Amino acid sequence: MSDVLAVAEHRRGDLRPISHELLTVGRGVADASGGDLHVAVISGAVEEYAEELDREGVDVIHTIADGEEFNHDLTVESLDALWADLDATYLLAPNSVNGLDYVPAIAQRLDLPLVTDAIDVSLEDGLEVTRERYGSKVETTLAVDVESEGGAVLSIRDGEWPAAEGVGDAAIESFDPEIDESRIRSTVTGFQEVGAGDVDISEADFIVSIGRGIEEEENIELIEALVEATGATLSASRPVVDNEWLPKNRQVGQSGKTVTPDVYIAIGISGAVQHVAGMKGSDTIVAINTDPDAPIFDIADYGIVGDLFDVVPALIEEFGGEAP
Amino acid sequence: MQILVTVKEVGQLGDEVVIDDGDVAESALEYDLNEWDEYALESAVQLSESLDDVEVVTATIGPERSEETIRMALAKGADRAVRIWDDAIANDDGDGLLDTRTRVELLSAIVDREDPDLVLTGVQSADATFGSTGVALAEEIDDAWAAVVNDLEVDAEAGTASVHRELEGGIEELTDVQLPAVLTIQTGINEPRYASLRGIRQAQSKPLDVLDLAELGISPDAIAGSLETTAMYEPESSSDAELWEGDAEATAGQLAAFLRDSGVIEG
Repeated sequence: MSDVLAVAEHRRGDLRPISHELLTVGRGVADASGGDLHVAVISGAVEEYAEELDREGVDVIHTIADGEEFNHDLTVESLDALWADLDATYLLAPNSVNGLDYVPAIAQRLDLPLVTDAIDVSLEDGLEVTRERYGSKVETTLAVDVESEGGAVLSIRDGEWPAAEGVGDAAIESFDPEIDESRIRSTVTGFQEVGAGDVDISEADFIVSIGRGIEEEENIELIEALVEATGATLSASRPVVDNEWLPKNRQVGQSGKTVTPDVYIAIGISGAVQHVAGMKGSDTIVAINTDPDAPIFDIADYGIVGDLFDVVPALIEEFGGEAP
Repeated sequence: MQILVTVKEVGQLGDEVVIDDGDVAESALEYDLNEWDEYALESAVQLSESLDDVEVVTATIGPERSEETIRMALAKGADRAVRIWDDAIANDDGDGLLDTRTRVELLSAIVDREDPDLVLTGVQSADATFGSTGVALAEEIDDAWAAVVNDLEVDAEAGTASVHRELEGGIEELTDVQLPAVLTIQTGINEPRYASLRGIRQAQSKPLDVLDLAELGISPDAIAGSLETTAMYEPESSSDAELWEGDAEATAGQLAAFLRDSGVIEG
C-alpha cells in the first residue's frame, strides 16, 4: 500500500486549475498502488480551498493555515513535517512557476528522486514517467526506482489530465507544524501586473502573431505592414519580447496574455507548449512555418509550409498594401 | 563578493531529429551555451560592473568539448572557470546526471570550495528541461533562494536581494531574499552581450580549473542516480491542419480568401 500526497496551488484567493488536475493524477497513482490520496493545501483561505478540493476519490485533505500567499520556505517546512507524519510514497505537485520554487527543494530535503514536468504517469511496470526533452522535439520515458528509494517526487504539467469532478467525502484535517522562524528566509512583499500599455491583446478578434522566425528586429516592420493592411492586432511569442523587439504587453503565452480571437495567424512560431497555453482558445488558428514538423501545426486549423519572408509580402499585396 | 554562475553546454536539435539506440544521435546536435545560463551570466557580469570587488566564477559539469562554451563565458566577463568531469561520469549512460541529486552533489562540492555569496543558475536547461538544479542546490547548501527571477537588485551591505519572480499570466511576485542565496534566472531579464574580440583574447589566459571526483571528495558510486531512460522517441504528429499548397502567391491568395470569408477583414 502506497499513499499519495498531492499539493494544491492557489494564488490571490483562488485555487489554480492544476490543483484539480493533480487530484486526477493522484487518484490514478493511488488506485494503481492500492493507497489513499491525501491532499495538502497551505496558506490562505485553506478551509474554503479544502471544500473545493473535496472531489471524488480524495481521502484526506490536510489544511495548513500559516501565511496568506505562497511562500516557498513555509511550504517546504510544512511538507517536510507532513511527510514525516504520513508515511506516503508519492509526492505530486504542479510544474508551475511556484512549483519550480519549492518542488526541487522538498525532493532534495526528503532525498527522493525527482521527475519534473510529467505528461504521463504509469505504474503498470513500476513507476514510469513520460516527459519531453529538447523543447518538445523528443519524448522520453523514465523509470524511477521507487522501491529502493522509498518514494518519488513528481511535478505535473498543466492541461494534460482532466480535472477531478464530483463531490467527495474526504476527511478535512487541520495540520499545525512547528516551524522554526529562522527557516523563513524569503518574504513576498507584493505583486505587480505587467503594464497594460497601448493595447489589450486579450480583447482582439483578429491577431497576427510573430515568433523567433522573424529573425531580426529590422524585420518587424514587414509584419507591421501586414497589420496595417489587414487591421489585425500584433502579438508575439516569448523570444521576440525577450529581445525587446516588442513590449511585454504583446506577449502571448503562459507568462504573457491569454488570447481568444476569431482568427489567430501564427507566423514563424514553432508552437512550444508555453505559447500554445496562451492561444489554444482561438476559434481558428492559421500557422505559417518553414518546418512541417513544427508543433504549431498540431493545433492549427490551416497551415502554410513556407518561408514567411515570401508569404507575408504576397499577403500584404493581396490586401492592397506595400511590403517594406 | 563572489558570484558563482552555473554554465551548461547543451545540445540543441535542429529540424531533423535522429534517435539511435535509445538516445538522440550526437550528429543531430549542435552544442551551445544554455540560453537561460546566458542570461544568468549576464546578470552576474552586470553586478560585477555595478558593485565593488565582485569576482564572477563559472561552474560547469561537462566534458572537454564544453571548454569552448566556457571560454565564451569568460570572454563575456567571467573571471575564472571551474569544470567538473570524470571517467565515471563519461562512462555513465547519461541517466546519472538526470537525477537532480547527482548534479547537486557535484555543484555543492564547488560551492564548498568557493563559498560564493550569490549563485545564479538558469531557470532550466534547454536539453533536459528539469528546471530543478538551482533550487535543489540551495536546499543542499542551506542557502536562501528564489526561482524564475526576471528582475534583480542586490544590496550587498544589507545582505539582501530584491527580485521579481515571473508568475503565469503577466503577474510578477516581488520577493526579498537573504544572502547568501541561489537565484534561478529567467530569459529576458537583461540583454546578454556579445563577446568582444578583446574579451575573446583575454579569455584564453583566464584560469579554467578541471576537477575530477577524487579531487572533490565524491565517490564514483554517487553518479548513478535512480532514474533510467527506458524509451526515447519523436512524438507522433497529430496535425489535422488543412495545408494550403503552392508558391507564396498561391498560398497567400488562399489565406486572403479565407480571411475575407471569415469576416475579420473587410475588402
